Amino acid sequence: MDVKQTVADCIEQVAKAQNKVIPAISDQLVLLESGLDSLCFAIVVATLEDELGVDPFATSEDVHFPVTFLDFVRLYERAL
Amino acid sequence: MNARFEPLSAQSRLSLRARVAAATGHGPRWLFGAERQLQLDEALAGTVLPQASIMHDKIVVLRFASQLANALALLELDGIASQIVLCPPDVQGAMLAQICTQARADFVVSDGAMADEAGLEATIVELAADFTARLAPTLPAIDTKWLLLTSGTTGAPKLVAHSLPGLTGAIISQGADFDIVWATFYDTRRYGGLQMLLRALLAGGSMVFSQAEEPVGAFLTRLARHGVTHLAGTPSHWRRALMSAEIKSLKPRYLRLSGEIADQSVLNALRAAFPDVPVGHAYASTEAGVGFEVTDGLEGFPASFLERVGPVEMRVQNGTLRIRSQRTASHYIGAGALADDEGFVDTGDLVEARGGRYYFLGRASGIINVGGLKVHPEEIEAVLNGVAGVQLSRVKARKSPITGAIVVAEIVAADPASAGPALKATILAAAQAALPAYKVPALIQFVAQLPMTRGGKLERAHA
Repeated sequence: MDVKQTVADCIEQVAKAQNKVIPAISDQLVLLESGLDSLCFAIVVATLEDELGVDPFATSEDVHFPVTFLDFVRLYERAL
Repeated sequence: MNARFEPLSAQSRLSLRARVAAATGHGPRWLFGAERQLQLDEALAGTVLPQASIMHDKIVVLRFASQLANALALLELDGIASQIVLCPPDVQGAMLAQICTQARADFVVSDGAMADEAGLEATIVELAADFTARLAPTLPAIDTKWLLLTSGTTGAPKLVAHSLPGLTGAIISQGADFDIVWATFYDTRRYGGLQMLLRALLAGGSMVFSQAEEPVGAFLTRLARHGVTHLAGTPSHWRRALMSAEIKSLKPRYLRLSGEIADQSVLNALRAAFPDVPVGHAYASTEAGVGFEVTDGLEGFPASFLERVGPVEMRVQNGTLRIRSQRTASHYIGAGALADDEGFVDTGDLVEARGGRYYFLGRASGIINVGGLKVHPEEIEAVLNGVAGVQLSRVKARKSPITGAIVVAEIVAADPASAGPALKATILAAAQAALPAYKVPALIQFVAQLPMTRGGKLERAHA
């Protein structure tokens, strides 16, 4: 399973459902500048928990909050 | 009621302006808005406006776009008006009219923020966007009540009454430390943000105001430019700030969380980002006032807090935290009692004791807290149940590491065969059309049926 693709697809789907326009997803995309708000991220994390079976924010007490898309993907890759 | 919990006498009342003036003169102090900035000394000076005496002993609603202008109005009107009502920016249109009626407002003071004046029974006073002048400097000071908005069980905002001595009861003078620069992610018209504003005004230092719709990165950049030392927000605010690269430009001396459950992961993340900076998480609510602060870096609070002797008494009854102090609100406007016979306010926050510590479990009433905003499941269910093809819905919270909770919905389709992506899209569109984003179900799941209680009510899992 390609975690990066799964995460990217999820972000795009949530953005669409929430009527947010986001730029093309790249490794260096800064999440907070992507046009997604906290609520969108909360939905992305919940959706990914259902799809991948992990919530890296809840399972570790020492999460470093991700700045870029790549940071975000790595959180999931490490948790899986 | 125990005599110790009688309100402070009106004779001991000093106006906010008088108390702030007493705390100045030790160096320049600033109020920094996004749109302008001014020295506190300038704000305390100024000339008399024609509106001066008309607001004496009147009920005045403050409906400002600018938090800085709102702060100036507080300096003007405390001690002048009989009641002042603080409105966050989402109060407009019908809600503003409702609040004016509820508070029996005589005036609405605004800085051009009035969009819809229909149905308002109060007189509107528009001030210039850059006003600094004093409204009424020479009238005798009266014991102004401060009315703050909260959320009631029906979802409509309630007004709770506070006194200035109660609101400032937890503020301890920082001595002569006028280098402090305060800021908060909260709106200063709500209880949590107002606490920070009053600290800045009364305990020394300057204050940076946030602006509605300001991106977090831009706000953090402004905070760094003004040299913010003391910064407060909800755990949701902090999680968001921690995702911003600009947070690295801050050099704070004190960080504070309140308004939601501060879990261990957000406390640890703050400690990792600012290893040498003290981090406190405070318990406060609009009704119960400032309860206590936890500074040991751990979630929850020591059970020994319940035994403490001091200005705040705490007990746990039926699983919820109760607080008695002079900092609690005095009453609801036009609604039920706030405290029990013994003067304790039920916070409605469920706690559980484990190993010498209490941990917060959530809201007893089932209200969902999405990033500090309260959501009533019933209100959303009413919208969902109105969508063609939906037979029944149940809305509940799902725990979220980002916003504390998100709203999820279970749907029983009228026709089981129709339960699929098309109906889901219809439901989502209807919810988005009728509700603000934080109330729109983040996830929608179809179920065959929903459990009912014996009384025929939808069964709810209490948090």
